[in-house]
Order: sequence, then structure tokens, then C-alpha cells
Amino acid sequence: MTTTLGGAPDRAPKRTSQKVREGLLGWLFLLPALAVFVAFFYYPLYLLVDMSLHRENRFGIGDPPYVGPSQIVDTLTGSDFIEGLTNSGLYMVYTVPLGLVLGVLLAVAANRRLRGIRVFQTIFSSTVATSVAVASVIFFTLVNPEVGYFKDVSWLSLDNPDWALFSVSLSSVWQNLGLTFIIVLAALQAIPAEMEEASALDGYGPLRHFWQITVPLISPALLFLAVVLVVHALQAYAQIELLTNGGPGTATETLLYKIADPQGIRSIGTKASMSLGLFVLTAVVAAAQYGLLSKRVHYGD
Amino acid sequence: MTLGEGHLRRRFATFGWYTTLVALSVVILFPIYMLVLRAISSPIAFINAGQPLRLVDPEWDIFSRAWNDAGLARAMLISVVVTAVIMVGQFLTSVMAAYAFAFLEFPFKRLMFAVVIGTLLLPIEVTLIANVRTIRDLGWLNSVQGLSVPFLATALGIFLIRQGFMAVPRELRDAATLDGFGHLGFMFRVAVPLAKPVIGSFLVISFLSAWNQYVWPRNATDEGAWQTVQIALRTLTTTRVDELNLAFAGAIIAALPLVLLLIFFQRQMVSGLTAGAVKG
Repeated sequence: MTTTLGGAPDRAPKRTSQKVREGLLGWLFLLPALAVFVAFFYYPLYLLVDMSLHRENRFGIGDPPYVGPSQIVDTLTGSDFIEGLTNSGLYMVYTVPLGLVLGVLLAVAANRRLRGIRVFQTIFSSTVATSVAVASVIFFTLVNPEVGYFKDVSWLSLDNPDWALFSVSLSSVWQNLGLTFIIVLAALQAIPAEMEEASALDGYGPLRHFWQITVPLISPALLFLAVVLVVHALQAYAQIELLTNGGPGTATETLLYKIADPQGIRSIGTKASMSLGLFVLTAVVAAAQYGLLSKRVHYGD
Repeated sequence: MTLGEGHLRRRFATFGWYTTLVALSVVILFPIYMLVLRAISSPIAFINAGQPLRLVDPEWDIFSRAWNDAGLARAMLISVVVTAVIMVGQFLTSVMAAYAFAFLEFPFKRLMFAVVIGTLLLPIEVTLIANVRTIRDLGWLNSVQGLSVPFLATALGIFLIRQGFMAVPRELRDAATLDGFGHLGFMFRVAVPLAKPVIGSFLVISFLSAWNQYVWPRNATDEGAWQTVQIALRTLTTTRVDELNLAFAGAIIAALPLVLLLIFFQRQMVSGLTAGAVKG
């Protein structure tokens, strides 16, 4: 390094100062984003660890004493956390496969040249105009045990601990339809028309064409969607609070519902420990998400 | 196969597809239809009539009542302000950071990129408890800054806009330097306009996720006056149980901005959702 600098005595100083200025500018441009990331993404991780190593007394008075990792171990092996984990997992099972199948069905049905097809495409996209809270209020009119349209249908009953979570999950399936439709339709429309003709010439029937040509070609989009739907399932909160408040009993309390703890029944240390559990779960999903994101960039525009 | 037979078969298939399309439309529209019906019908009369699929004793003033008497106007204002602050903030921090990663050399660049991507591991759901404490310690509970500051930067924005910037031809960069453009001039007069499609997609995602937020505004506020419209919907369903049509009308009002977005920016919305549908 120093020898090259010495070798070009009259140009080196200018280059170096330019380099320093560019380096400073780079950091200056990065700084605002970095400040937010440090204060509200990384520092909270430290706080969570700190909170879960201390046990607050019942009244939250004075500095909570250090208890070490025992609180984390107790929480993550306790029945409360396991129930939240199970419910979040079930929520995925209820929403992800059904969401993908319906998304593909909608997109395949709407991806053809028919008069008025744009109207159907708009209808199928329409649920992207709802937030989770709006979708929950919409399903309130359908499944609320007192005033819902389907209040007498037992397998949709929010009073039934075995079916309540499934019933809630239908609001998410419905709400996700617009997004899955839009993404699968975009993937279908990206399939070159020659593929269609080639498989017709080879005598492929529609079903064989679908499974052997269409599905492999849209599989990157489906994989991407699967990850998105898993993330949505992990984030399930508003629909629980609006439709069941976690009940009956604790039957519909997802992991996030227990962490947000709207009734305030858990200690800070317990909630922080649960957050660390959710962090590990998120890390697994985020790794998949990042893998897909960089892959998309590879093939992308 | 004769010509007539093929023709008949095609007409049969067309009929089949229309039937499927209509059936699927009914499944998607029925919940929305119920919401509108329940919002406008008088709540008690509707139940007493056995929940028919038509309006019962319509109360057409329900929307103005929800807006004026049930606090929706204030909640919409909070949502608009918070969403605007988040969008402007995310745009500025993402463009600047993306510019640094795409066009500048600086120490620890690779490490810093890892720091940005690493935030994907720490969504608000994970950091919720800790961030609520931070906001409380700062005295920011029930404030615009409390609702928006934790979201003023996003890895997805930096990532997407950086991709857009990297597609800017190197020669343009060099030519701009020769013309005496500073970095700021090049950023806002050349790089940002060229990356417009990606930035448009990103702004759609930014708008959707900011407007639809629930878990953070629920926990960062405890006073009705600072509720966003999404939180106001919950309050209405729990506190005005005799007038649930207020909550139903409120849900329609809360969805209106997104409906307008879907109508007027359909193309950007589709490209935004397909570009990085990470949050809904």
C-alpha cells in the first residue's frame, strides 16, 4: 500500500483525500438509517436479553434482580410458550397450503382471454385493499358468536375451543387471497406463449400441461409466496384480538398474542424470554426469505 | 372431430370457466357484501329480521356518525400523518443508504451491508416489548414520533433501491462527475429519476405496511386520542357493542384509501406487491 503511494508522489495525496472524502460521505449517507437500526432493531435485542435475565417482582418496584438464564429456560419449556408455539404453527398449517391452492386456482381461472376478464381480475385482487384489522371486522360480521351470519355453524364457531383458531384463520386466508392471486397471475403471465403451443403440439392434455409445465415454471413464485404467508401467520395478532381475545380460555392465543399480552398477565421477563423464542423462529424464516430475495435479484429484471 | 363438435366443446368450456369465475367471485365478495349490509342496516332490526341478505331499516347517516361522533376523523388524521412521516422518512433514509452502497466506497461497507440485512431478523413483533420500553423511557407513548420513528428505516427499501441504482450505467456516473455534479445533485437529478419504477414499487409497500400497522400502534398508545384508524376499529367493536354498525362503517372508511390506491395505481400496486411482498 505505502509503496504504491510512494511510487506516484504527485497524484497520491489528491487520491487519498478524495478517498477519505468519499468514505466520509458514504458514512454520512448511511448514518440516518443506521441510527434507526441501532436504536430500534439491535439495541432492543440487547434489552430483550437483559430483561429475560432479570426477574421483576410482582409490583415492578426497584431494580429487578439478576436470575440468569433460568427464566429463559423455564419460559421456553413452559406450557404457556408451547401453547403459543403450537397455535402459531397451526395457524401456518391452516393458512399457508390453503392460501397457495386458492391463489393458484384464482390465477389459473382468471388467466384466459374471455370477455370481461378484467372485472374478475379486479374482484380477485380486491382483498389487498383490506388491512388485517379491516378483514377481522369483516369476519366479525360472519363468525361472531352473537351477531355473526354463520353463528350457528359449529365448525365456524368461535365458542368451540377445537375450531375457534381455524375459524379465525379463515379471515387470514380470505385477506391473503388478493396478494396470492396477484403474484401467481404475474408468474403465469410471464410464461412464454410458445410453451403453451409446444405442449399442445406434443399432445399434452390440460392437466398434464398444468403439472408438468405450469407448476415448475411458477414454482419460484409459489416458494416466495409460501415464505410470505408463513411470515403473515407468525405476525397473526389483530385477528385474534378482534375476533376472540385469545379465547375461549387461551385456545386461540398465538405466540405474538402472548407476547403483546393485551390483558397484562405475564411478567416482563416472561414476555422478553418468549420474544427471544420468536426471534429464533423468525431467524429461520428470514434466512429462507433472504435466500429467495437474492435469488430473485439474480434472475430479475 | 367435426368443426361443429369443436365449436360446441369450446362453448361448453367457456361456460364452465364463467361458472368457476362467478363462483369464486361470490366467495370473495360475500364477506364484503355482509360488511356493507351490516354497516348500513339498523343493527337490532337486522338481527330481529333473521339476518336477511338485504338492507333492513337503513341508517344512511352511519358514515357521518362514525366519522364525526365515533372519533374516526381524528383516527384517520393520526393514520395519515403517521403514514406520511414513515413514507417520507423511509424514502430519504433508503435512498441515501442505497446510494452509499451502490456508488460510494467507504470503510466497513460489507459489514454495514450485513448490519442492514440483519435487521430482517428483528421485525417489530420480536422487538415489541423492548421498543415499548424505549418509547416509554423517551416519553414518546401517545405521540407521532413514538408511532413513526421506529419505522423510519427499512432494509427492504435499501435493498430494492440499491438494486435500482446498480442498474444506472457506470458511464452516466462518470459523465455526471465531469459535469461538476456533486453527489447530492447526481442522486436526486439522475439516480433517483432513473430508479423511479423500483422506488414507486417500494413506496407502495411502504404505504401499505405503514397504513395497515396494528401491533405497534396498539402498544405504543394507551389514549384514545392517539389511536390510528386500525386501532379505532378495535375500540369500536369493544366499546360500542350496541352500535356495531359504527365499527362496520368504520372498517369501510379505513379501507377507502387502499381502495383508491387500487383503482388509480393498480399497475404500481401490482409491481410493488410482486417486488417484495414481505408485509401485508
